[in-house]
Amino acid sequence: MTSANPAIIFQNVCKKFENSRTNAVDHVDVTIQEGEFITILGSSGCGKTTLLKMVNRLYEPDEGKILLFGEDISTVDAVKVRRRIGYVIQQVGLFPHMTIGENVAVVPKLLKWKKEKIDARVKELLTLVGLEPEEYENRYPSQLSGGQQQRVGLARALAIDPKIMLLDEPFGAIDAINRLNLQDELLRIHGGLGKTFLFVTHDIHEAFKMGDRVIIMNEGEICQFDTPRHIAAHPANDFVEMLIRSAREQEQIFFDACQ
Amino acid sequence: MLQLTMAYFQNNMESFLLAVRQHMWISLLSLLAACVIGIPCGYAATRYARGEKWITGFFQILRIIPSLAVLILLIPIMGTGIKPAMTALVLLAVPPILMNTVVGLKEVPDFMLETARGIGMTERQVLWKVKFPLALPMIFTGVKTAMVEIIASATLAAKIGAGGLGGLIFTGLGLNRTDLLLIGGISVAVLSLTAALLLDVLSGLIMRYKKAEK
Ligand SMILES: Nc1ncnc2c1ncn2[C@@H]1O[C@H](COP(=O)(O)OP(=O)(O)OP(=O)(O)O)[C@@H](O)[C@H]1O
Ligand SMILES: [Mg+2]
Repeated sequence: MTSANPAIIFQNVCKKFENSRTNAVDHVDVTIQEGEFITILGSSGCGKTTLLKMVNRLYEPDEGKILLFGEDISTVDAVKVRRRIGYVIQQVGLFPHMTIGENVAVVPKLLKWKKEKIDARVKELLTLVGLEPEEYENRYPSQLSGGQQQRVGLARALAIDPKIMLLDEPFGAIDAINRLNLQDELLRIHGGLGKTFLFVTHDIHEAFKMGDRVIIMNEGEICQFDTPRHIAAHPANDFVEMLIRSAREQEQIFFDACQ
Repeated sequence: MLQLTMAYFQNNMESFLLAVRQHMWISLLSLLAACVIGIPCGYAATRYARGEKWITGFFQILRIIPSLAVLILLIPIMGTGIKPAMTALVLLAVPPILMNTVVGLKEVPDFMLETARGIGMTERQVLWKVKFPLALPMIFTGVKTAMVEIIASATLAAKIGAGGLGGLIFTGLGLNRTDLLLIGGISVAVLSLTAALLLDVLSGLIMRYKKAEK
């Protein structure tokens, strides 16, 4: 599944915000292969979003550099970088003044695709994320449930078939059952498209289920970057161990309740 | 009373319609000019932090001066007629449009702009496709306020010979004729309501998503 072709390389990347004394992202050195599904796991405020936003140049690193397919992104026009990357933001961020169809069509329109091509693509994508185009295309975001909106956010990010997808807690506001469904759908989409996914979550179950490999972050640093199996078997430090223990305890509670 | 009114319309229909037309034209042109000045200035104010205090402050002061005073102050500079009248109206209408533009643009949430950039819009595209459309409801409210103020104040324009429905009212005052006063006053009110209604319809057409939110 993974070719030996690095899609994203973080080289000693640091990011410090002005009014903060510590690094929000601290000396991150990571290589991600093309086609991998990487999940980034960590508690609130540990720097997951910051790390992600440096990949599409919404933030610039203070130190180090980021390479996409071997190219240092700081040397490429930010708009160009972003148009090669699909981006699903934490707050969903559909444009309220555009219909669902228009939201999905935003980037293809920026790139001046032909109208027929855009229409076909919108229908294809809405179907892909499990929304009936006839039913939803002409609605406004306010007329959709939170979960449906997140599906549209995903469709919009996929619109121009980017090789890299950044997903910042895309299922944040979704109930457990729909979340499981969406997780499966996302894995299906990933499997079919051969794209590299960077998926942020603070849910350990989600991270371990979805990720080929998992990045575990704490206070801006990467504690461990490995396959779920390896992490569970050999936690790299106390923090990772605590994380896994807490997940086990939660399962135990549920297990006991079922007895 | 009714008879007087009927008689007025029988004898003066043409001059009445002329007054209505003049009133409408003065108001519309002033409103357009105020938009052309107010919206770009509002944008500039949000764009250049130092400019904001300066620009908004200037127009806030203008707002305090009563239109009548502005009119009278303008006479020595511009004489009488339609030019000083419209200048006064524009000065009156710019503040609400400008202030609402500033507020509307500032209220667009940061994450919305970041999303727009994140999916690959240039700064110009962010402005035209996201920032302005999202500020538009607020700008529209400002335009509506301005318009109501203009239509009411255009009545004063007659005082310096710009014509309009104010002429009727001032004649009524001078001759102590209640019928003329009423006809003038009610016509201004009807004009104002109609214009507000038209703007509502227009904003409903432009911002259909707002209806969906209800
Ligand atoms: N624009 C900013 N300016 C200043 N500080 C920031 C900014 N964005 C984030 N931070 C700080 O950087 C740290 C990391 O934030 P980040 O948003 O990356 O966390 P996160 O892991 O995504 O958290 P969450 O799970 O809550 O989304 C936090 O301490 C946060 O307060
Ligand atoms: Mg975050």
